[in-house]
Amino acid sequence: MGVTKEQVESSLTSKLKPLHVEVIDTSGGCGASFVVEIVSEQFEGKRLLERHRLVNAALEEEMKQIHALSIKKAITPEQWKQQQESAEPKSEA
Amino acid sequence: MSSRTAVSAVFRSALRPRHNPLLSSRFSVLQTRLLSSETRQAIDKAVASAPVVLFMKGTPETPQCGFSRASIQILGLQGVNPQKFTAFNVLEDEELRQGIKEYSEWPTIPQLYVDNEFVGGTDIMMSMHQDGSLAKLLEEKDVVVPAEGGDA
Repeated sequence: MGVTKEQVESSLTSKLKPLHVEVIDTSGGCGASFVVEIVSEQFEGKRLLERHRLVNAALEEEMKQIHALSIKKAITPEQWKQQQESAEPKSEA
Repeated sequence: MSSRTAVSAVFRSALRPRHNPLLSSRFSVLQTRLLSSETRQAIDKAVASAPVVLFMKGTPETPQCGFSRASIQILGLQGVNPQKFTAFNVLEDEELRQGIKEYSEWPTIPQLYVDNEFVGGTDIMMSMHQDGSLAKLLEEKDVVVPAEGGDA
């Protein structure tokens, strides 16, 4: 029983049309605890609370079985690009 | 009007399935519960009971869940004035535990309210703690312990 990582990913993908989505099962396989990172245009112009509400809504069915959901990132493609650029080490050459 | 109430009460008791204590807790989880106006009023009061209100699992002294613990730690780091803070232990009250989720339209616990307004859960508190917006909010609402004048 429980929810699989794939189920979480597919619900997020179909509802939020993310540019990037990463789901980590932190439950040790029982499907009750996940960490998610999502990059979606649908977050544009929305504050953090509203972004998290979108994610929660996308996982409404799954949330009935998930005990812990940690939304580590809910950012726009623009923010993602900026984060990646600042995270990348400068080329040495 | 009163007869209708009486009739529906009869219907309810007639239609209510036999109480099975083994099943009931499971049903209450699976059912989509409608928030009764009584529960809603009770939560309204809870939310308004202090400027900063946290609905959590366990107590601030002994949180029963890592997310609740993290939330308490964040509020502590922010220097929230204990006199302006109240925590509700949802584990002590099943009605509250389910009701608060519907009330806030938020599926998880803990939940933070500041000045009657829903702020979010642990992830949001953590982000706001890191980017400084939580400190700003709490200062604006005047709920932090006043800075002591220089003495260590």
